[in-house]
Amino acid sequence: MPKIKAGVIVFPGTNCDRDTYYALKQTMGCEVDSVWYETKTLRKYQLIVIPGGFSYGDYLRAGALARFSPVMEALREYTEKKGLILGICNGFQILLEAMMLPGAMQRNDTLKFICKDVQVRVERNDTPFTLLYKKGDRIQIPIAHAQGNYYGSEQTLASLEKQNQIVFRYCDESGNTTEQSNPNGSLHNIAGLCNSETTILAMMPHPERASDSTLGNDEGRKIFLSIKKALS
Amino acid sequence: MDNVEKILKELNLTGDEYKKITGYIGREPNITELWIFSAMWSEHCSYKSSRPYLKRMPSSGKDVLIGPGENAGVVSIGDGLAVVFKMESHNHPSFIEPYNGAATGVGGILRDIFTMGARPVAILDSLRFGEPDDDKMKYLIDGVVAGIAGYGNCMGIPTVGGEIYFDAAYKDNILVNAMAVGVVPDDRIFLAKASGAGNPVFYVGSKTGRDGIHGATMASASFTDETAVLKPTVQVGDPFMEKLLMEACLELMKTNHIVAIQDMGAAGLTSSSVEMAAKGGLGIEIDLDKVPQREEAMLPYEIMLSESQERMLLIAKKGHEKAVEAVFRKWNLDVSQIGRLIESPEIIVKANNRVQARLPLTVLVDEAPVYTRYARMPVSVTTTATTNASEEIPEPKDYDSIFIQLLSSPTIGSKRWAYEQYDHSVGTDTVIKPGADAALIRIKGTRKGIAITTDGNSRYTYLSPYAGSGIAVCEAARNIACIGARPLAVTDCLNFGNPENPDVMWQFIESINGITSACLAMGIPVVSGNVSFYNETEGTSIYPTPVIGMVGIMDTLRERITPDFKDNGDSIILLGETLDECGGSEYLKLVTGKISGRPPRVSPEMEKRVIDLLHAMNKMHMVKSASDCSEGGLAVTVARCAIAGNKGAKLNMQWRYRPDLELFSESQHRIIITAAHKHVDKIKKMAQQNDIACKMIGMVGGRRLIVNNRVSVSVEDLRNAYHRGL
Repeated sequence: MPKIKAGVIVFPGTNCDRDTYYALKQTMGCEVDSVWYETKTLRKYQLIVIPGGFSYGDYLRAGALARFSPVMEALREYTEKKGLILGICNGFQILLEAMMLPGAMQRNDTLKFICKDVQVRVERNDTPFTLLYKKGDRIQIPIAHAQGNYYGSEQTLASLEKQNQIVFRYCDESGNTTEQSNPNGSLHNIAGLCNSETTILAMMPHPERASDSTLGNDEGRKIFLSIKKALS
Repeated sequence: MDNVEKILKELNLTGDEYKKITGYIGREPNITELWIFSAMWSEHCSYKSSRPYLKRMPSSGKDVLIGPGENAGVVSIGDGLAVVFKMESHNHPSFIEPYNGAATGVGGILRDIFTMGARPVAILDSLRFGEPDDDKMKYLIDGVVAGIAGYGNCMGIPTVGGEIYFDAAYKDNILVNAMAVGVVPDDRIFLAKASGAGNPVFYVGSKTGRDGIHGATMASASFTDETAVLKPTVQVGDPFMEKLLMEACLELMKTNHIVAIQDMGAAGLTSSSVEMAAKGGLGIEIDLDKVPQREEAMLPYEIMLSESQERMLLIAKKGHEKAVEAVFRKWNLDVSQIGRLIESPEIIVKANNRVQARLPLTVLVDEAPVYTRYARMPVSVTTTATTNASEEIPEPKDYDSIFIQLLSSPTIGSKRWAYEQYDHSVGTDTVIKPGADAALIRIKGTRKGIAITTDGNSRYTYLSPYAGSGIAVCEAARNIACIGARPLAVTDCLNFGNPENPDVMWQFIESINGITSACLAMGIPVVSGNVSFYNETEGTSIYPTPVIGMVGIMDTLRERITPDFKDNGDSIILLGETLDECGGSEYLKLVTGKISGRPPRVSPEMEKRVIDLLHAMNKMHMVKSASDCSEGGLAVTVARCAIAGNKGAKLNMQWRYRPDLELFSESQHRIIITAAHKHVDKIKKMAQQNDIACKMIGMVGGRRLIVNNRVSVSVEDLRNAYHRGL
């Protein structure tokens, strides 16, 4: 079987590209390219990851400038072909700014950058990104962001709930989605979203930082293994 | 020049220094030249008060590839790799404008690392604030922490450790010391030594503005009310720009297009051009009209002295100009060839088609004045540092309450409120995160890890600069050992008051001697460092504050140890001896409000034996957890291990002193370890053979920390107290 081909998009201020590259190689054993943001086509890939970082410094809104870059055109074309996209952290923010997913990110309600392990609950396992989890699984995974406070209008939230697009929610150690377990003020405790076709997953937590037991946590590893299984 | 005296005062040069300058160059300097002298001869650039003493510190060793004098020290770690590291202060700017002062402190130290070809892998910050109880101080604390976070997080380099102490001594002069560590293949190290007359000089990175023009001078003078007016001289950081600059430089360094490179830090274009050319025994000619500028009508001296951030100066090979330019264009950075190297050892600065300055480099670099300043032991040392602190402390009626107070005091309490704002997991290499004795960064592609810590208890150095400085080195080594690594080398950041004050000069010399003897005894070289004098406000100096940054090496990550208690039933063992030593302790301060008494005794020889013993026991897989005893004494250490492991403990102490003094004494060279019961005899025997005191003091288990019939607190209450925050 030919190896899966994955591309990791690199904007000038992306800073989790090397981490993501490493995690994809280690967990999926796939071929990985770093894809410069000026690239005009992504046709040869089966998986595109938009990793974390500060794409253009993000002095405006996180991801607000990235959406105008050449690679985003290529990404739209790629989406039409139903290729898989995983947006992590800044990747989530960029997908929102590019309106490939509904809603917006606000500053954390603490008004501070937060870097810590949180718990999230897996809301559905019928996506290519989560098929190795069980529905209701609770996983520990780190977040590291200043703008991860998900906002959507009432209509948007109702639609997300109705179409079952919420993949991860912040929860406590018992799996309850409480206000206290919500680190940043996200509405409906949203930590990860997919599109209605489940070809795009966007999440604030960093699975590439939770994929290696040496780092004390590999509970995010199944996200990559799920993708591998889905693509095989 | 008219009004020479007024100008000299503004430039912080003395009349004698001016005479020296005219003597050396055989004429009166023009204003641009005088500014160049003022920068190069400033304390900050020339180390004129400290140079003779710094030479005392041991700087060589079998693994040392590059010692002091370059942008950072470099030490081999085998496998064809080397670590590059340095620590630097950004104290005055951070007091004036905390966010940008701290941010650019991080930016500056990161440039020192990637300038040498190394990719930075970790940042640590050693901070000193006044008591966190007034609004001004809270503003400074918030700003500094946010500034560090803002810069490091955007760069994608994890901030993995450091320390934060609070003391009224820093009320009007906070300290912000940033350390950075990078990794580089040992055959790809880049230096700031120019070579090849005729080679082109390139300016890359941000455009030059008027910010930071007085930077090196400001760092070389004391604070007064007027200093606040210097706010515009604090540079503004742009981490996104620095990220681009770092990636572009590292990309360029994979090629063979450049021969030397240096960042523009203190004194900007002046020091980078002068130092690079001088190191290569060459001269340099630069044309300021070609320097990218973001402000209009800048005068030559302003361009030469600007400390605008995120800029580098590099020497390319002749004929490779296009290739160099292409790399920086890819990253959308300004790149401009501003001059060339020349045979004649001088700097020629042109602007508007005229020579604006022409000075011999040897005079700027080698003939900078050296001052042997008058030193005298301060009276306070004899009056406050000789008392027996324990006699001033009444025995507490309620041990639980005093213990909880100690654990939640700002200096001892968890720094989670700060490090949760730092991205400490980016890079996916942080094996041991903030909160343990030291941080551990793995090196992908090898089995190795780098251990990193910073240490410096300035209450001890205030009471005895010699002992306190030795303690800082010992504690750093002990922290490295407690996570299972071996100490490798030191960088230091020496923060002191005004060296023209004999008391301060005495503290400085004593401190250097303390560091020197500890490093010699333990065989740990000092490979880089920074001196920050003039940390005084309106005539009051800070505590002498030498901060030790230490890097250690772990051959295989499997050897790592963490402080958390692991299993119920494990034996808790104290290595080292507890004495009645509460001088300068957190306990003394909590109960009496005093900073006095004899600080703990220090014996680097003993320290080395203790950490060698720990290392040997770890090799035999007998150590399940380890954590050193420092501020707050052994009770606080046990509490931290209990909180981290979420397990209680029961201690049965055999009191040698009054229980509170024994629990909270800050005696050095002690480590709390846990081990399976079956290993206790072996551990005791090994300790005895090495002449190290070793006592089994209790056992892990339950939900409470219980000490004889004195202390009984639930782990939950300990945790709440410890993580209470400010």
